[in-house]
Amino acid sequence: MVIENVTCPACGLLCDDLTIETATDSAKDKLSVVKNGCHKSVVFFSRSASPTSPRVDGKPATMAQAITRSGEILRQAQMPLLGALATEVQGMRAVMSLADKAGATVDHMNSNNFMRNVQVVQNSGWQTTTLTEVRNRVDLLLVIGTDIVSTFPRFFERQIWNGETMFGQDTSKREIVYLGGDPDTTAGVAPDGRKPDVLPCAIVQLPEVIAVLRALVLGKRVVAHEVAGIAVADLEKLAARLKAARYSVVTWAAATLDFEHAELTVQNIVELVKTLNSTTRSSGLPLGGMDGEMNANQVATWTSGYPMRSSYARSWPEHDAYHLSTDVLLQSGETDALLWVSTFNPDAPPPVTQTPTIAIGHPQMKLQREPEVFIPVSVPGIDHQGIAFRMDNVVSLPLYQLRESTLPRLGEVLGEIEKTLKTN
Amino acid sequence: MLIKLTGGRVYDPAHGIDGKVMDIYARDGRIVAKPKDTERIDQEYQLAGKVVMAGAIDMHTHIGGGKVNIARMMLPEDHRGDPVGHSELCRAGCGHAAPSTLTTGYRYAEMGYTAGFEPAVLPMNARQAHLEMGDVPIIDKGGYAMLGSDDMLLRMLAAKKDQNAINDYVAWTLHASQAMGIKVVNPGGISAFKFNQRMLDLDENNSYYQVTPREVLKTLARAVYELGVPHPLHIHGNNLGVPGNVETTLNTMLGAEGYPIHLTHIQFHSYGTEGDRKFSSGAARIAEAINQRKNVSADVGQILFGQTVTASGDNMAQFRNHAAGSPKKWVVMDIECDAGCGVVPFKYKDKNFVNALQWAIGLEIFLLVEDPWRIFLTTDHPNGAPFTSYPHLIRLLMDKTFRKEAFSRISPDAQAMSTLGSIEREYTLYEIAIMTRAGAAKLVGLHDRGHLGAGAAADITVYTDDADREKMFTKPDHVFKDGQLVVKDGSVVKVTWGATHVVKPEFDRGIEKDIAKYFDAYHTVRMEHVKVTDQHIADDGRGHVQVHECKGRREKTT
Repeated sequence: MVIENVTCPACGLLCDDLTIETATDSAKDKLSVVKNGCHKSVVFFSRSASPTSPRVDGKPATMAQAITRSGEILRQAQMPLLGALATEVQGMRAVMSLADKAGATVDHMNSNNFMRNVQVVQNSGWQTTTLTEVRNRVDLLLVIGTDIVSTFPRFFERQIWNGETMFGQDTSKREIVYLGGDPDTTAGVAPDGRKPDVLPCAIVQLPEVIAVLRALVLGKRVVAHEVAGIAVADLEKLAARLKAARYSVVTWAAATLDFEHAELTVQNIVELVKTLNSTTRSSGLPLGGMDGEMNANQVATWTSGYPMRSSYARSWPEHDAYHLSTDVLLQSGETDALLWVSTFNPDAPPPVTQTPTIAIGHPQMKLQREPEVFIPVSVPGIDHQGIAFRMDNVVSLPLYQLRESTLPRLGEVLGEIEKTLKTN
Repeated sequence: MLIKLTGGRVYDPAHGIDGKVMDIYARDGRIVAKPKDTERIDQEYQLAGKVVMAGAIDMHTHIGGGKVNIARMMLPEDHRGDPVGHSELCRAGCGHAAPSTLTTGYRYAEMGYTAGFEPAVLPMNARQAHLEMGDVPIIDKGGYAMLGSDDMLLRMLAAKKDQNAINDYVAWTLHASQAMGIKVVNPGGISAFKFNQRMLDLDENNSYYQVTPREVLKTLARAVYELGVPHPLHIHGNNLGVPGNVETTLNTMLGAEGYPIHLTHIQFHSYGTEGDRKFSSGAARIAEAINQRKNVSADVGQILFGQTVTASGDNMAQFRNHAAGSPKKWVVMDIECDAGCGVVPFKYKDKNFVNALQWAIGLEIFLLVEDPWRIFLTTDHPNGAPFTSYPHLIRLLMDKTFRKEAFSRISPDAQAMSTLGSIEREYTLYEIAIMTRAGAAKLVGLHDRGHLGAGAAADITVYTDDADREKMFTKPDHVFKDGQLVVKDGSVVKVTWGATHVVKPEFDRGIEKDIAKYFDAYHTVRMEHVKVTDQHIADDGRGHVQVHECKGRREKTT
């Protein structure tokens, strides 16, 4: 059977125009992408998720036994952590309900990346846009520290080199500038062969480069002639182009800004955007939304008031971007039970730790250590329906069920575990 | 289950009942006429001396959707001041300016409210609005879908499409967004901001479409009317917060050309330019216009002093005003060629001339508009103040001594610019019941809420009469939601999940072909995926969709 307009949760773009062919008799759970695929969606949809059995202490167990054991671990813990949290909206609702009941902390597997953005929103805010605006309005795209496409394969196809726009723009004239890193810029080549501009520098030197660019946009005089190997004159030209553009979009991926206090660089990027808006229009576009991170943040925020890295240890939710990180909690030994949720793919197992671990997720999860409890669940967007938020934090899309699975959904499992707990 | 509420003093303006001592019966969630003497009463509540009203309805409160969640994410410091621990019954969360969804529901119910309507549901973000409202317990919910800066409508207007086609598109949007009404925010202006326009007056063209806000307003007001949608077009006008915008607002009333319109948070749109500081009250002129024009209703959007956060679809105004915010952080977004949003924290201060005068202007409008069926009690939560300040606001309206005392404490320069100190009117309980119950239900189009007649949902609030109206309205004795006792002595005793109210007017489905083609060409999502299904709303046992009647297509006006 062929199913059209399927949503793909393999990256934060959440393309919803895929055509998927389902199951032949010989390969019951086999799916293949027949239209509008990319290297990520092909892997996502063609992966097998044959059911496996729950395990307790490495031995096959019934679901009831696995749930009972999970409840015991959580009841005995003083400071349980619900980590990874790669799931869709309904699964995340169940996570938050369980966290409240268990007095647990919640954190996502990608928090080290996206907290760089969250901290900026909490500290000074930003001015941003969404994918359809980009598709129809952008005239100058400034790409900072990423090639975009290795993580978001169809970005240029759908947002930049799209044929038609609402406002009659000739998209082939769009200007692309890559700043920082040593990106593969192939995707930024215009349909007529025009190459993008590239200002390469080491990623770790982006803080100084962005600071200078912001200063130039603000009209400050910069004495240096060069920063991180980039001529200041080139940055001056870039600043002038940003000011002259009618709707520039400045984009970055928090994941690739992998250096200490990258949030300050994100802040400089978005403050630069704010300044541009005093005379023209410009918008930031934070690239992210991998592994359900938007779902985790959105649901946690409306449920508790806080995004990731919040805790119910004291009955009411508290939030701390540093002390409630998975790394800190595990390394300090403060956390005495880890419940790890990773439903989309088998590639994100729990970290190897002495902490008693309950791993819930993809049936083929590539475990590096046998956890105390393993519970396989069905895959959202393949085995069951769901809802997911796109990288721009605005658009949510329905995920499809494309085949039958005998495995339960995450929410069902967490709901059963929650029943074994009492409110503190 | 048959319950009897015995001997309370009942205020039920929908039936002209003004403080009459009477019994009320409810069976299985609905109010019923007095049953036969032979029928067994399962539960009786002795309410002698108590005040009984229908559950209150907040017809404009930002409780769900992207911008509210951005406000939450931005304000950890505000949440820390109002932590809410879990109990046997209720889950944890946080309160104050941008409360968590769960706390929102509990606190509304604990204040005697049984319904709240999110006024800015962006069609492209409607699913999120419903998901958040789905996590608001106890109370009923609903929303108004935002149109007027979306490319599709502006494109249709630019192409001079006929009104029927526009009506079909408006109806399609109501279905797709699962909405109770249509709202327009800074008509055409959110779009204009994306083309780098910074102001857009009523007769000024959007530079790209060459369409004026007046055309947008009139076309949408007419569409809503002709589709038979009970709630009139919900208008957040142009020039929010701009001194002199009273003229825009008065012209907006004229621009409706007699179609029913609702002007929301009108306080923010009632400013003159008199006085040394070129900022003055336009309340008297606004009130006079509302008094004369029966097609116009308004809610006030009262500001109250203290920290809050403003969350609006009006990114043009929010960008313009961000420098006045406190603390200094703000988010402005362009959204999907559909709409926008802006979130700016504000701290209103009684010694600040502008804030103090805003406060006085809001109260002047409340007190000068004569017909309580056409003026509604809101703070535009959380933009003017959090909804939890309603009891205080009610006391300001009902107690002139209290009000005058408060007035004497605000900025003296603002006092000099306001007539508030000389206004003697005090709202009665009957008038409060109109504003917050019967009138609100009628305005929104909820035929079975906001009153206590047979057939209505048994959403009932019981108060202890107290001269201190703030105290009285803060902590009701009993709140019944669909016949179930959910609040006792001001605390939640049972958690239920309310309905989501929507309208689904008839329309020519042929338009879907055009919309689908349009989405395929220009958008980044498929048209089908914009639609919020009943299942998205009802999943996880969080309530259900209740469809309200549209009286069919009304006669075309030309």
